[in-house]
Amino acid sequence: MQYAARCEALTREYHLDGGTVRALRGVDLDVPAGDFVAIMGASGSGKSTLLNLVGCLDHPTSGRIRLGEEDITRADDDRLSEIRASSIGFVFQSYNLIPQLTVLENIEVPLYYQGKLGATDRNRCRELADQVGLGDRLGHRPTQLSGGQQQRVAIARSLVNDPYFMLADEPTGNLDSATTEDILNLIDSLNREGKTIIMVTHEPDVGRRAKRIVRLRDGMVQSDERVGDR
Amino acid sequence: MLLLWVRTLQLGVKSLSLHLMRSLLTVLGIFIGIASVIWLLAIGEGISRKAQEQIEGLGANNVIVRSIEPPSETTEGIRGPVPYGITRADYERMMATIPTIERGLPIREIRRRFGRGGRLVDGRLVGCTPEYFEVNRLDMARGRFLTDADMRTKANHCVLAAGTAERLFPLDDPIGQSVRVEETFYRVVGVTRPRSPTSGIGGSLAGQDFNFDVYIPISTLWSRIGDHVITRRSGSFEGEVVELSQATLRIDKVEHVMETADLVRETLRPHHRTEDYGITVPLELLEQARTTRMMFILFMGLIAAISLVVGGIGIMNIMLATVTERTREIGIRRALGAKRRDIIRQFLAETVLLSVFGGMTGVLGGLLCGPVSRGIRWALDAAAPDVMEQLPEVIQAVDPIIVPWSIPLALAIAVSIGIAFGLYPAVRAAKMDPIEALRHE
Repeated sequence: MQYAARCEALTREYHLDGGTVRALRGVDLDVPAGDFVAIMGASGSGKSTLLNLVGCLDHPTSGRIRLGEEDITRADDDRLSEIRASSIGFVFQSYNLIPQLTVLENIEVPLYYQGKLGATDRNRCRELADQVGLGDRLGHRPTQLSGGQQQRVAIARSLVNDPYFMLADEPTGNLDSATTEDILNLIDSLNREGKTIIMVTHEPDVGRRAKRIVRLRDGMVQSDERVGDR
Repeated sequence: MLLLWVRTLQLGVKSLSLHLMRSLLTVLGIFIGIASVIWLLAIGEGISRKAQEQIEGLGANNVIVRSIEPPSETTEGIRGPVPYGITRADYERMMATIPTIERGLPIREIRRRFGRGGRLVDGRLVGCTPEYFEVNRLDMARGRFLTDADMRTKANHCVLAAGTAERLFPLDDPIGQSVRVEETFYRVVGVTRPRSPTSGIGGSLAGQDFNFDVYIPISTLWSRIGDHVITRRSGSFEGEVVELSQATLRIDKVEHVMETADLVRETLRPHHRTEDYGITVPLELLEQARTTRMMFILFMGLIAAISLVVGGIGIMNIMLATVTERTREIGIRRALGAKRRDIIRQFLAETVLLSVFGGMTGVLGGLLCGPVSRGIRWALDAAAPDVMEQLPEVIQAVDPIIVPWSIPLALAIAVSIGIAFGLYPAVRAAKMDPIEALRHE
């Protein structure tokens, strides 16, 4: 079986003034290619820490992470940046578009850091904008868009580098229920097309849209189950 | 790679134009600094060019000794004119005892009225030797200059300067005709081309005008007129007893000029009770000009350096603020795959853009140096002429000359300032933890 990401006995400790905080205490998680995983848990359960590790923004204290075929546990900062640019698609709760750039330019950013600046890359960005339904807003700035539209741009951006998986951190946290539904439908359809999706959420309704729910508690996997009918 | 830089610069322009006013104010310090770099080099060049011209007029190899009329108090109570100035004996002594003097040129000048028919011209009658022609780099318009034969035979020959010739012979050829000086007639053998005035030397600050000269052999002058000269001036008579008005001494090598000037001073001193002579060393003017120029460059350089440093700190300050302001953007870019050096490049591009913009406008400001300095001089002349007069002559008269290589130099300085003061904010931006930066509100 092909895996998008595999985590083995991951731990992460933070050394603060008051002592050591053990955010993760040995997490095993395999994400096969094409999966749609929702990671759930209360705040402080370690889901952000896990997300940062899988997203190559942080190093584990111990354990092992592999993305695709590559072991990134000890990769240096530059290599992690390369992986983020080429193989991970981030979607954030607060969209995190760059305000001075247009829709098209925002979608392009990950390509820019891979040195892909040609015309075919531009076209790919246009296609993605079309795919998320913003083909007619390419020249707009983020501030001229609604929250749902901004999140669509962010989703297009996360796909532009054809990543191992899309890493969505509370993607609907700032949206009303109708827009939430839109975005979840979009993510759903992307998954059906074969995209691997890892989504962090604390909303049960949103979590249920995934194929699989992993619950974290106190830095450990509490449960890992397939969602009923899917 | 090139495309990457182009895109980075585009992005920089975009970010900077979001805060246009802020960017322009930031650039001001660099503008002033760069403009003053160009100014100081242009003015320095102007000063040295001017000095060069003066020295060319007087000859860098020369030491010039001039007779000066002593102040009247020292001769009070003595009847009749008192002899003063350098004597033929002085001249002979210097020529005989100072080996570094290659050639000497004795001159005796008298103010006289020249006549031809009904036409009259006031000018200087200059008794000199044939060397005068070469030492002062004269050019003949017609005929010849005085010769050794003229000297030997004490001939009544004369050479007219351009102005004299034009006034006395406006229509016909002066060669072969006669010019009257007092009761004596001189036959014209040549006419010189016009000659530009040199700066004043030895006591008289006024520049000398040579265009109404008449040159005759000094031997003729001594025998026909003598040392005791009586000049009619507005009804009264004035007498003076002077053997030589000036001796121009050509030194064999430029390196010997200063020492020789000292020797000349030592040779003259024992034979003169009063300071009735002045020694001018054109080379000293060069030294003076060099000092003035150095002072100027130091002074302006200090201004330039201060304003460049202040400008650089301004840029650094703004960039630090920008980095803080854009923490979130940095986090996003890092998450999307920017390496540390990508972030550094991005912010460095912005500071370099700022400083290059400052540099280019500064160069434009620097090129206005000529008109602006003329304006300042004009204003100063009109508002405070006495202040103006006290300034050294080189500064009063200087005309800035833009030094071509100062433009690339100024731009290079601007870029270096941008990099030097932009590096710290850029590195700080790059060192941010992406997780923290993403969380930043």
